[in-house]
Amino acid sequence: MRMIAAVASLLLVLGACTEEAGPRPTFFASENPGTLSAWGVVARQGDQLVIGEGVLPYALNSPLFTDYAHKIRTVWTGGGEVSFASEGVGDFPVGTVISKTFYYPYKDGVALKQSDAESFDHGQSLALAEHRLIETRLLVHREDGWHPISYVWNEEQTEARLKRTGAVVPVTLASDEGLSEFAYVVPNEIQCAACHAPNATTKVITPLGPTAAQLDRPYDFADGPKNQLTHWADKGVLGPVEAVTVRMPAWADKAEALDARARGYLASNCAHCHNPQGPADTSGLDLTLTATGPALGRCKPPIAAGSGTGGRKVDIMPGDAEASILTYRVASTDPGAMMPELGRGLAHEEGAALLRDWINAMDGTCG
Amino acid sequence: MRLLLSSALGLSLVACGGSHTETSGETAADFQEQLQVQLLDAQPGDVIELPEGKFSLNRSLSLTQDGVTIRGAGMDKTILSFAGQVAGAEGLLVTGDQFTIEDLAIEDTIGDALKINEADGVTIRRVRTEWTGGPKTENGAYGMYPVQTTNVLIEDSVAIGASDAGIYVGQSKNVVVRNNRAEKNVAGIEIENTQDADVYGNVTTGNTGGILVFNMPNLSQSGGRVRVYNNEVYTNNYRNFGHPGTPVASIPAGSGIVVSSHDDVEIFENVVRNNRTANVIISSVYSTNYADDSWSDDFDPYPERIHVHDNELEGGGGNPDGAMLQAARVLKFGPTGRFPHVLWDGFAPEDRSHEICIADDEAEVFNADVPNESADPRVETEPHRCSLEPLAAVELAAAL
Repeated sequence: MRMIAAVASLLLVLGACTEEAGPRPTFFASENPGTLSAWGVVARQGDQLVIGEGVLPYALNSPLFTDYAHKIRTVWTGGGEVSFASEGVGDFPVGTVISKTFYYPYKDGVALKQSDAESFDHGQSLALAEHRLIETRLLVHREDGWHPISYVWNEEQTEARLKRTGAVVPVTLASDEGLSEFAYVVPNEIQCAACHAPNATTKVITPLGPTAAQLDRPYDFADGPKNQLTHWADKGVLGPVEAVTVRMPAWADKAEALDARARGYLASNCAHCHNPQGPADTSGLDLTLTATGPALGRCKPPIAAGSGTGGRKVDIMPGDAEASILTYRVASTDPGAMMPELGRGLAHEEGAALLRDWINAMDGTCG
Repeated sequence: MRLLLSSALGLSLVACGGSHTETSGETAADFQEQLQVQLLDAQPGDVIELPEGKFSLNRSLSLTQDGVTIRGAGMDKTILSFAGQVAGAEGLLVTGDQFTIEDLAIEDTIGDALKINEADGVTIRRVRTEWTGGPKTENGAYGMYPVQTTNVLIEDSVAIGASDAGIYVGQSKNVVVRNNRAEKNVAGIEIENTQDADVYGNVTTGNTGGILVFNMPNLSQSGGRVRVYNNEVYTNNYRNFGHPGTPVASIPAGSGIVVSSHDDVEIFENVVRNNRTANVIISSVYSTNYADDSWSDDFDPYPERIHVHDNELEGGGGNPDGAMLQAARVLKFGPTGRFPHVLWDGFAPEDRSHEICIADDEAEVFNADVPNESADPRVETEPHRCSLEPLAAVELAAAL
């Protein structure tokens, strides 16, 4: 009897799977639909958020911090192939839709601070009873380049609507230290480009996350864990890949060396602006993985930091995080002083602690 | 164009309360939303007209399109107030070329008021940037802040209360800053790592320092060829309220015109008076709080070919900021004495003449002898009595 019941329920589950196929993705070559569901890359189905057919979930070695939000990242190429000429961002075919959904584990009206923000239920679905969706950002590759499009989820969590001018969403976050209320800021269309145009001269918009260096890691897919690039190859969407010689260090992985973790954190949280062609090259501070010396901030006085100095004299004072501007700005929540300038209202305590440890472990002095 | 008109109508309706009525709640949110939509949808050649009124905004505005003009009804009539700002490092951030902003005010931003990054063709005209609570360290850093820009015109504008510089032009080329007023900032007007700038017809008063021409290490572009003329620079005696660690935090209160590590600066026909440390200060980066092992090798720390002539210099120097300068004044000039008009820190290259030429008869030069830990501070005018060829006027690209 028990066995029959088990088989029956198994059949029910299978039946549910075939009845409720995932949404069908659609590429809109010019117009921006008013609702996210029109794209079919992620959508609500019953009490779950699910991803569309043929849509690949992925995670990054070192993700960008966004107020402890968790992120569901997906890519859909419409069947075309992605190639990687270097460790840099993939060459995605026209018709590609990349999505990033920001959400929190949620209980009793408050968001929960939890680690492991980079995967969700075998990459298939998210139970909305236990999570709150905030926004889904798309990067759509059209004939004339990449377009950032933002959708903000409604209170009922049934649909996300196009919001070109961004939004402010009040969120209460619960952690071991208590409750903190903050304004979660959804960026406007131009602010998307403030990060996604890492060359401030050409101002060309590009994805930032899906580089070979960031994707070279395992992911817990529906049929088990597998390296993401291998999975893409198995699915027939991976074109030529140059050998990945530089893997982005995973900042949260304590098995990695301290220096690698810190550099991975800076590269993925700061270098989209702080690179030699970026909008923050005005500061002379370069936080890419390969930067060295004063350009990396060691003993470097600020240029136009304003209140961002926190009264400290150099970006990095070796051995003394408390005398370093970098750790001050990363830990600040004053919009006039904090770094990054966009994309957070809370301090990333674990990230700031990592950078403090890194600087405190440095040898030498300035002057 | 039709879109523009209907949007403008929306904005006018929002402001229907009349002049100087503060919008609040939903209407303020509507204004912010509509203005940001206009900035997103702007096409080259568009003029975004803002009506009279005071409008509250709580987030940064941004514009990337080229060829856009934002125009208000007057710097005291159209006021964008960021007093309730919750996010964004500036009030308005512009990265589009051929940008014009005129006849409005940006007030009380958390960070910078108006920042323009990597644009060619910038006109800022009859704009006021102000922190309305007076000079305070917690005010935003810069009022008008074009950086890595070319062909920049800032005119007939007013900058008040910045905790760094009211008008700051950084790492730019071909710049004219004229007929502006800067007061109660740490630095009134600052030209930094900029090539070919004319600064004239401005009034700077009540700042910590009036007009600064700075060259800083570790940047992709070094400064060169700046003319500072026909300005009124007086009573810039406000205590330094800059953030410790910033370059301007080392400016003594009572600095008139300051040149730091910059080459080819011509300072002429200005009226400079009653700046209590000195009317003119010429220094090397060594006298700032910059650690000397943190420069790239090609950085030139010495100010060279500085030409000061035909200015009207008066008063000042009687109450310098800081115990060391005060002691030097008393030691050399007595308790009621004054520093000469020109204060020089004394750093000079050994392999060449620095050509710091002070041609004004009434201007003596005080060498503070900082390289020798001020062992022999002295009046040393004669070696500086020389003159240099005039620098060429800046010509902005024709589009302006």
